[in-house]
Amino acid sequence: MNRVGVVVFPGSNCEYDAAAAIDALGASAKLVWHSETDLSDYDGIILPGGFAHGDYLRPGALARFSPVMEAVTRFANDGGPVLGICNGFQVLTEAGLLPGALQKNIGLTFLCQPTTLVVTSTSSVLTSSATIGQELVIPINHFSGSYTCDDATYKALSDNDQIVLRYKENPNGSRGDIAGVANERGNVVGLMPHPERAMSTLLGSADGRVLLESFVAAHVAA
Amino acid sequence: MDVTLRQGIADPEGATIERALPALGFSGVSNVKAGKSFRMTIDADSADAALVKATSLAERLLSNPVIEDASARLGEVVPP
Repeated sequence: MNRVGVVVFPGSNCEYDAAAAIDALGASAKLVWHSETDLSDYDGIILPGGFAHGDYLRPGALARFSPVMEAVTRFANDGGPVLGICNGFQVLTEAGLLPGALQKNIGLTFLCQPTTLVVTSTSSVLTSSATIGQELVIPINHFSGSYTCDDATYKALSDNDQIVLRYKENPNGSRGDIAGVANERGNVVGLMPHPERAMSTLLGSADGRVLLESFVAAHVAA
Repeated sequence: MDVTLRQGIADPEGATIERALPALGFSGVSNVKAGKSFRMTIDADSADAALVKATSLAERLLSNPVIEDASARLGEVVPP
């Protein structure tokens, strides 16, 4: 993957971190304003963290109607690698590109802390270079990160190997300790933790690299 | 329009409110559910048409059907 588009909504605030992380891995990131409707220049798309459209109504509820989301949906349906980080994950669930929903954390506390994640599937564009059972220390930074879905969806996620990351110790009440899920094809992934903030041991952890390296190594699925 | 969490979906806000009530002397209160309420003015040919529109927008935008239920009701109806 050479060119990664990082979508910027009004209120996004992790786009530079995401772009810097992608650039550090040898690919080329470019910021894409949310009014863009053509993503044909890109090999991969990242929806970064932040508070798109102020998170009004619900996180991701209004971002879903940004013009770029139609293009993101087409890109995803064509097998293009799409990654939603934190607020980007919330946008992907609201847009129906990933199952389930993110609810307010149990305890109603904004959580900003390192968490230990366990890789539970390697059949996604985010985890293909990791190993099952591998533990990764990556920070979370969210108020609405409690993953929720109904029983049928949870069973389908488990049966199809779509639960890609789980918290070792559940910080927010997420069902099944889920930190990240993929769609059925594995080309669309969302996670609440921030791998782009875990790129260097000097800054606490470099465990995000294996995830973003997987993403950068991903190709448009046939 | 009212938007409430679906049955069986965790409601940390409602639970927190419920736990606070006894401290203020309100006893015997249970099943506290937190939700959202929206009010708006809708131009339509009839009250029924306004209600259909309100219900539709509550279901498609104001609520997330994965976790929430939406309902709409008419307030004041002003003839043209």
